[in-house]
Amino acid sequence: MSLLLNIAVDGIAYGMILFMISVGLSVTMGLMRVINLAHGAFALVGGALAHTITLRWGIGYYVAVPLAIAGTIALALLSERVLFRRIYRLGELQQVLATIGITFMVIAVVNRLLGSSLLSIPLPASLQHSLDLGFRVLPAHRLVVILAGIAVIIGLVLTLDRSRFGTRLRASVDNRNIASSLGINTDRIYAATFCLGAGLAALGGILGSELLPIDAYYPLRYMVLFLIVVSVGGMGSISGSFAAALALGVLETASRYLIPDAGTIVFFALVMALLAFRPAGLLGKGMT
Amino acid sequence: MHIFKRAALAATIAALCSSDSWADTIKVGVIAEFSGPFAMYGKQYREAVETYVAKHGTQAGEHTIEFIYKDVGGSNPDVAKTLAQELLIREEVDYLAGFTFTPNALAVAPLIDQSETPTVIFNAATSSINKGSQYFLRTSYTLPQVTAPLADWTFDQGIKTVVTAVSDYGPGIDAEKAFKAAFEKKGGKVVDAIRMPVATTDFTPFIQRVRSQNPNAVFAFLPGGPPTFGFTKTYNENGLAKSGIRFLGTAETEESNLQALGDAAIGLTTAFHYSAAHDSDVAREFNKAIKDKFPNAITNWASVGAYDGTHLIYEMVKAAGSDGPKALEAVKALKWESPRGPVEMDPQTRTVKQNVYIRGVERDTVSGLLVNREKGVIATVGDLGWTQ
Repeated sequence: MSLLLNIAVDGIAYGMILFMISVGLSVTMGLMRVINLAHGAFALVGGALAHTITLRWGIGYYVAVPLAIAGTIALALLSERVLFRRIYRLGELQQVLATIGITFMVIAVVNRLLGSSLLSIPLPASLQHSLDLGFRVLPAHRLVVILAGIAVIIGLVLTLDRSRFGTRLRASVDNRNIASSLGINTDRIYAATFCLGAGLAALGGILGSELLPIDAYYPLRYMVLFLIVVSVGGMGSISGSFAAALALGVLETASRYLIPDAGTIVFFALVMALLAFRPAGLLGKGMT
Repeated sequence: MHIFKRAALAATIAALCSSDSWADTIKVGVIAEFSGPFAMYGKQYREAVETYVAKHGTQAGEHTIEFIYKDVGGSNPDVAKTLAQELLIREEVDYLAGFTFTPNALAVAPLIDQSETPTVIFNAATSSINKGSQYFLRTSYTLPQVTAPLADWTFDQGIKTVVTAVSDYGPGIDAEKAFKAAFEKKGGKVVDAIRMPVATTDFTPFIQRVRSQNPNAVFAFLPGGPPTFGFTKTYNENGLAKSGIRFLGTAETEESNLQALGDAAIGLTTAFHYSAAHDSDVAREFNKAIKDKFPNAITNWASVGAYDGTHLIYEMVKAAGSDGPKALEAVKALKWESPRGPVEMDPQTRTVKQNVYIRGVERDTVSGLLVNREKGVIATVGDLGWTQ
């Protein structure tokens, strides 16, 4: 019984971290249909900024995190104007090459400025303790990640399905020409969505850093993980990503408890099996 | 006058012919990682080498020493071999150095044998490398050299049951075996041996498994960086330290990532040959010299391996110039005071004999930084894995 509870608690906590680090990619790649391999680069920028602001400038965590996210969004806006706007129109392979090139550049810059060792983001004392669940303890920051994950999924679903912005975004993605002829400023919609994706990437990078620490190679180290969550969830479906992240988190955790030596194999075998039967992912609508 | 002219001519010819007489340049090729995810090693080596050169000059005996750096990018045996060939043939180097990863070192063994090139390993810690060629010399350490003394010490502390948790790759499995063999020989019991996939990001399931066995201690071996960070964090957050399960390790608390581990690292116990907080004048001088030249530098075991390796190369060049076999002979039992403590070359294994220290992570009261405080010498050992 306690084993099942352990799997449930750790699986959900891990699944939420997977969701948080890849939700930004669900927005840019899933909704905007850009093969955005630079997603991890924005997470890295967010993490590196948070590291710099907290440790080098000595500003508290609760102020530093919003500042770091704002900084990432500012950079994303700039790079959208200069670079990504051109990348949207390219073919899939060119998008892959362009965005992975950007990733390498960001890695090199961070490596140059901050070095290649771990960039820690120290938690405030209030998040450092562990909560007693009776049968075991749960670190407080994992609870924060779970709550943040729930807030993000509710916020995104409301924004995309219920708000005017969401309607316009879906219209722009489905048919950009008709959308703009109807008076929707598609450039602005795209820029806003891209910044939303980058901001979520930064938030995920920072919140996930207790488990997946930030360093210059972050974008490449975890790229497969981000892509798996989004493709298993299904392109264009935020709730699909959410379901996929939780399912993968619970399954991987269960396999590590029950058959630890084969944990990694089980994880990838399940992903392959699922994609073989449902190439469009759990809740995907398929690429258009 | 005539005789004088002739003598001058003879001297010039002699100088041109005998390449290793005076005022020639001896080149040393350093093969290491200067880009990619392991670029930290190349940086540490280079800082240490340049610090040594700044202190001792480019002159070793009658020779000028020049270092040539080549980027191997990671564990790439083919690239390492190609670079070594290029250095030996085109650059005509007389010594090779560097080598972070075992496969890279093994790949150049036939080349250095054939060309009689002394090769100083700054890091690669698999015992058997030095059997690959008699021209290998090692100024780092080997896994059994630190692991077996730790197991002995652990038993002597009254710790009778241990769970080992290692990353499932070559060095991890070597460490697990070395620890288990030494610990059980003493009479201790390894109750569970966990091998964790290298790609593990969430260590909670493994930590919970350790906890459920309730051993006296957990012996861990993980590659530096994110895995160590994840494991030590999870170890603390799940209350293992509080419930009296001690953490035992080796290189996990190395200096370049130590500050990032944060307060979670305080109290971790490790056995290792180098701490940046080693209490000696040579160590303090070394730290100061490196920081004067590179203000942001952090010294760790890779720095000291390269620094001592450079010392060894200088001694070889001084004694023998570019004559490989003679150079080996000259330093085979060399003793010197290193920033890690007293060391000497072992003529049989060609790996340094050195002290292994037991250390605990503490926050230094003056600097406020985390340090590996040496609590005592647990053994002075050569390569314990040589005869296995």
